Amino acid sequence: MTKHLQPIAEGLWSDDEQPHLLGGQAPDGKIYFPIPEGDSGKNLDIIKLSRQGTLWSFTRQDFRPKSPYDGPEEFTPFLLGYVELPGQIIVESHIVETTLEELKIGMAMEFVITPFDDTRSTYAFRPEQQ
Amino acid sequence: MSKVYIIGAGIHPFGRTDERSGRDQGVFAARQALEDANLEWQDIQFASGGSIAAGNADVMINDLGLTSVPFINVFNGCATGGSALSTAQNAIASGHCDLAMAVGFDKHPRGAFNANPSSFGLPDWYGQTGMMLTTQFFALKLQRYMQLHGISREALGRVAEKAFRNGERADHAWRRTPMDIDTILDSPMINHPLSKFMFCAPAEGGVALILASEKKVRELGSNAVGIASVAIRSRPPGSFEVYAPSTDIVDGGKPTILASKAAFEMAGIGPEDIDIAQLQDTESGAEIMHMAENGFCKDGEQEQWLAEGRTEIDGTLPINTDGGCIACGEPIGATGLRQVYENVTQLRGRAGSRQVKGNLKTAYSHVYGAPGLSGVAILEV
Repeated sequence: MTKHLQPIAEGLWSDDEQPHLLGGQAPDGKIYFPIPEGDSGKNLDIIKLSRQGTLWSFTRQDFRPKSPYDGPEEFTPFLLGYVELPGQIIVESHIVETTLEELKIGMAMEFVITPFDDTRSTYAFRPEQQ
Repeated sequence: MSKVYIIGAGIHPFGRTDERSGRDQGVFAARQALEDANLEWQDIQFASGGSIAAGNADVMINDLGLTSVPFINVFNGCATGGSALSTAQNAIASGHCDLAMAVGFDKHPRGAFNANPSSFGLPDWYGQTGMMLTTQFFALKLQRYMQLHGISREALGRVAEKAFRNGERADHAWRRTPMDIDTILDSPMINHPLSKFMFCAPAEGGVALILASEKKVRELGSNAVGIASVAIRSRPPGSFEVYAPSTDIVDGGKPTILASKAAFEMAGIGPEDIDIAQLQDTESGAEIMHMAENGFCKDGEQEQWLAEGRTEIDGTLPINTDGGCIACGEPIGATGLRQVYENVTQLRGRAGSRQVKGNLKTAYSHVYGAPGLSGVAILEV
């Protein structure tokens, strides 16, 4: 249902049926997200980050941020947080399909692509659906 | 390194001053500091200072006087004031000069800070999707901290309540009306668990300090406060920081912990020796977390400390005695030096109705900001 939308940025997630966030892995194993631009990204292997993780922290954005925020003019508060991808890295993300009250640190989360506005999509995590 | 002293301190009231530019507020503070030290601008042999949003500090020579003084501009985020102080201190400690000035000022538009992603080496989408906000960072760090260490939302209210209570007694503060804890807790949510009156607001202000060598202090017979140490540290690997699209799964420490340890080591004293402290309180949770990061208590003990009023002006370790950023507002380039100004004022016994009782010997100040940077200064008499 997000197929007709343009990703907010190229190369942020994979083009699979089940997309993954893309990270960069250094020869020493250290993982970077997002993949750094410029010279510091050149020696990294592109890897698919886990689609499953646990909620590390969360909050709700209750006011419309100033520029460079580029979301819909009509503002609806949105959830965001950090999700720990086991053995990899902790990534910041929008959180969707839930409420502030339902969120608990440590709960299981899964990766989704979600509409950002009428024309663009972005990435998010939602509580894992059994 | 020879010892360096602060012999003059000046401040332009924080808040909103529409008729005066940020730099003019710096000039105002500089003139007051010179008067306090009983000196003329012509006496100053070295100056360093800066702002984040109000222009270059060295242009102040147009107003203060064209004395050919070397003037170093500092542009170092929240550590701008600390870096200006450190630079001026080093100029004297190295024997380069005997009298120096450190100055910081700023003037920000109303509303939350909005940073340009590319200035921080971040991709545009991070800002576009609304995840690059300082308020969110503090809420996210705090949400986890509260759950791990048993801090209540009431504790957040207590910190803000104290800030407004102390601000009422500080001439240079902006928010000078006390507010009860329920009003604070029930104010509009900004980023859960933080509501409106728990946050500082971007503001305006200027601070200047006059530094002197020991020789000059004797010569002038100044009312001097000693600089025991100044330490600035950027982030180590694995630290969770503001403006971070990701963080490492292994917790690696924090810039505040590093700056604090370095400052204590240089001063040759420990947290138990500190009489008063000014800690970065971008929001009330930051003050709570920074109490532990600076070594004053263990994680989680803040709940009891606040319930017992230990950080009040009449407590065992008064914290943010002028109301901190919550009551004074946050002009980024000036905040670090405001904390030092307040410590100098307290150590000289000139803080009026907010004066901490007893024979104060040591005072501690701490700033934290993007992109993971902390500065600590310890003063002693």
